[in-house]
Amino acid sequence: MSIDWNHFTPWTSLAGGLLIGLAVALFLLLQGRILGISGITGGLLRFRRGDIGWRLAFIAGLLAASPAWMLFAPAVAPRIDADWPTLIIAGLLVGLGTRYGSGCTSGHGVCGLSRMSPRSLTATAIFMAAGFLTVFAVRHALA
Amino acid sequence: MKRNPGYMPPITGFFIGLLFGTGLILSGMTDPGKVIGFLDLRGAWDPSLGLVMAGAIAVSAIAFRIARRRNRTLAGGRLELPSNKTIDGRLAGGSLAFGIGWGLAGFCPGPALVSLTAGHAKAALFVLAMLAGMAAFELMERARRTPGGAAGTQEQ
Repeated sequence: MSIDWNHFTPWTSLAGGLLIGLAVALFLLLQGRILGISGITGGLLRFRRGDIGWRLAFIAGLLAASPAWMLFAPAVAPRIDADWPTLIIAGLLVGLGTRYGSGCTSGHGVCGLSRMSPRSLTATAIFMAAGFLTVFAVRHALA
Repeated sequence: MKRNPGYMPPITGFFIGLLFGTGLILSGMTDPGKVIGFLDLRGAWDPSLGLVMAGAIAVSAIAFRIARRRNRTLAGGRLELPSNKTIDGRLAGGSLAFGIGWGLAGFCPGPALVSLTAGHAKAALFVLAMLAGMAAFELMERARRTPGGAAGTQEQ
């Protein structure tokens, strides 16, 4: 293994992480909830009265981030290597998996590990391991 | 919109979403290439994602400590934190499926939603498929639940 110094961004990644942590902290102290994107989004599809507004408001803010960013800084071109069929399969797996597993990188990874939840630690260990193995399979074993 | 004492108004939620999304963009996590660069231990490794997690957890762990001590939101509302402690097949199987999808595309839900409004067709396709997967989950849960039974699953 070697470090990819061309792409490694220690300072902006750490700073971005601090902002994410700040958002999680504010959400917890003001809304009393875990800031988990899959839970907030998925819960919207339950169409329960009185449980929609705060979810929509948060997601609207999330969707406003890219346009707001582009007002001040150049957009970062993402490297989306997966082809269309792969993206569809991946999206379905992420949608189903995060709902069955009750969380994603934010809910289990950031919030769960912050509050030292054994359930989230298990979930995070599993999805990280699955991610490592999948990338190994796609990029090296099957390539 | 109905006032909800004890909790934040929608406009505050909007700005927290904006803050979270901005953090994701700044961190580089809206670029699936960076995420896969982290998950690819065999190639040239990009450790950035690890620093994102470390920074986020460092701040939020403090907030969880405060929240646990107060046991209320700042405005006095009840905390709604997950109480489920069971580690079962749903948690493991779901996380496994999520991890495979994450490794295939390099997108998890947050960065995918943020990329949706950056004008990338591939991100939009991923988000559509992800929402379809979430909707399929809701339909299956509805079918599984007995009428009158306890509703609602724990969410993180």
